[in-house]
Amino acid sequence: MGKRLRVVDVERCVDCLLCAFACARRFGGGGLAKSAIAVRSVGGMERGFVVVVCRACEDPPCLAVCPVEAIRNVEVGVRVDPERCIGCGMCVEACAIGAVQWDKAERKPVICVHCGLCAQFCPHGVLAHEEV
Amino acid sequence: MPGGLHRVLFVDLARHRSWVENREDLFSERLGGAGVAIELLHEHCPESCDPLAPENPIVLAVGPLTSLYPLASKTVAMFKSPHTGNLGESHCGGRSAMALRLAGYGAMVIVGRSPSPVYLSVDADGVRFRDARTLWGMSSSLTAGRVMLEREGGVGHRTVLRIGPAGENLVTYAGVTVETYRHFGRLGMGAVMGSKHLKGIVIAGDGDLPVADHGAYQKTYRDLYTRAVRSPAMRKYYELGTPENLGPLSAMGALPVRNLQATGYGEAPPLEGEALAREHLGRRLACSHCPTACIHLAALREPHPEAPYFYKTTFVSYDYEPLYALGTMLGVERPQDALHLLDAVEHLGLDAMSAGVVLAWATEAFERGLLDVEETGGLHPTWGDAGVYGAMLERIAHRASRLYTLLGKGVDAAATEYGGIDYALSFGRLEMPGYHTGPGAHLTHLTGARHSHLDSAGYSLDQKDMKAGQSRSPEELARALLTEEAYRQVLSSLVVCFFARGLYDADTCVACLSAAEKDRPWDELMALGEDILRRKHTFKVREGFDFDALRIPARALETPTPLGKLSEESLRQAVSEAERLLASGERFSGT
Repeated sequence: MGKRLRVVDVERCVDCLLCAFACARRFGGGGLAKSAIAVRSVGGMERGFVVVVCRACEDPPCLAVCPVEAIRNVEVGVRVDPERCIGCGMCVEACAIGAVQWDKAERKPVICVHCGLCAQFCPHGVLAHEEV
Repeated sequence: MPGGLHRVLFVDLARHRSWVENREDLFSERLGGAGVAIELLHEHCPESCDPLAPENPIVLAVGPLTSLYPLASKTVAMFKSPHTGNLGESHCGGRSAMALRLAGYGAMVIVGRSPSPVYLSVDADGVRFRDARTLWGMSSSLTAGRVMLEREGGVGHRTVLRIGPAGENLVTYAGVTVETYRHFGRLGMGAVMGSKHLKGIVIAGDGDLPVADHGAYQKTYRDLYTRAVRSPAMRKYYELGTPENLGPLSAMGALPVRNLQATGYGEAPPLEGEALAREHLGRRLACSHCPTACIHLAALREPHPEAPYFYKTTFVSYDYEPLYALGTMLGVERPQDALHLLDAVEHLGLDAMSAGVVLAWATEAFERGLLDVEETGGLHPTWGDAGVYGAMLERIAHRASRLYTLLGKGVDAAATEYGGIDYALSFGRLEMPGYHTGPGAHLTHLTGARHSHLDSAGYSLDQKDMKAGQSRSPEELARALLTEEAYRQVLSSLVVCFFARGLYDADTCVACLSAAEKDRPWDELMALGEDILRRKHTFKVREGFDFDALRIPARALETPTPLGKLSEESLRQAVSEAERLLASGERFSGT
């Protein structure tokens, strides 16, 4: 089986966003537009953070709602076919934990591919890339 | 330029208009950050303008490394300072740099005065002017910040800058709070915002940043990251944070205590980093794109003063400088008391350092009979009495009387009126930082472009010389500090956090820039650093700065440093050398 990305200790998250920047670097450059991972505070930074990553659902709602079958199952998680995608955003709505991000410029979803690059750049042991 | 770094966002508060100008010329030559900000200040700050007049611009600038590399996390602000009447410059992290750059701007210039209070909502689409009349006069800057974020909605990557009552009331050392726990603290940017009826700025940005060379970028990034998380140079910031310095400074006799009447507590000082972490550390935070997480929050759990079984837990960010200024400088030795005062300045929106030094002067002036209870409004400032100090901070922020109005203009203004100038601890009208290490420290305070310990870090040079048993001539000292200050201009133009100076050596800066944008040899960057420093100096001279008029507080000369009593003559010689070097075309590093 493949490896899955998992949030293992969110209490150590310091909101440095190195995971999100690492994710965006998959495409070569910097910034955050193409990041598939989101970090948000829990109502004030002093209360800590939530790190939102794709859970690689067995029965993914994002896939189920896609009207043009642009999302398909792979060994771990899903893949988006940008050629097929019509940018309707229904996958974003379908994910209960908000793990489908949105590339505003391209008008396409950004979904984690469980490559584990973010975990390599998490300095505080919040994320792990584990065998499923 | 990549990610729109060359785009400068202009905001005219008087007409509620904004526009973008293309300044590729400026960014390609001056990098960004301090290098660009000083040029924009030269361009937009009218000569001799009143710092609290609408014409005084606020410039915010980021640089070519911002949001691309770890620890390139700071925004540089420049303005004419209402506190010193000269160059105002302050750096801040949090999410500010990331948000501005990823919104697609390299800099922002804010001019004019809004007819009524507003806050700005900024993103890639431009600026919206939001009514802030209801937020004006709120007792806490923190509440105002929360309201702005809630009103703006969305969950993107956002920063929120705002002022508290001190900024609204034009206290000349009012700061700007960013993300609750970071600050454009020094030199009164908060008062400049207040004078513009500008309560806050929310910036949202989550764009792309293309780079020149993908392969080199990945490699340079990985190498830098590995060093950042393994380097001993970052460990002290990582574990205990800046309060780690307090113990060693006390042991060597360089920690200002009770208005610099003493210089430490020997080996067992109060407010020391290890004990604070053990007893109070509640959470740690990082600025965006920084693995170090130097932001330390104390969890202060306190019972309700009257109702039994009601408690509140407040999170207070603590660092060395605020602990020195509102702690040891005031003889406040209980951690809970010091944290209380840190929390108070956060709500009021005051610069913790100037506020502490001002209260220290007032305490000594009160002890010596220059101030009486009639002046203080019935309060008895006494070393260690945090309750009284809290009440005084409140009155300063609200300019509650003639005395508190003067205290709100700094120790020079207060001592000019009431006397006690010999123990009014300021350099270039800016209240002193927490280092009495030797001649290097005070020379930095005297000659640094913004009179900040961070300009050239003489305190660090003193400690190196102490360990090496070395001493320097005044001329050598001046040259060494200007060389350091020029190097820091490169860092603050890229813009890299000064805490990462151990990581961003010459080769690293060149490699980062080359992968992101274009090749620039180190020698060219250092020459630019010196030039940026000279451009700041030119601005200061234009605005009336005079090295000969610098006051060296008698107290700083009387109280011995670990390197002995300071000689005024040697300090003056070093100041003259710095002036000569700045006026000449000579390279500071001598090469």
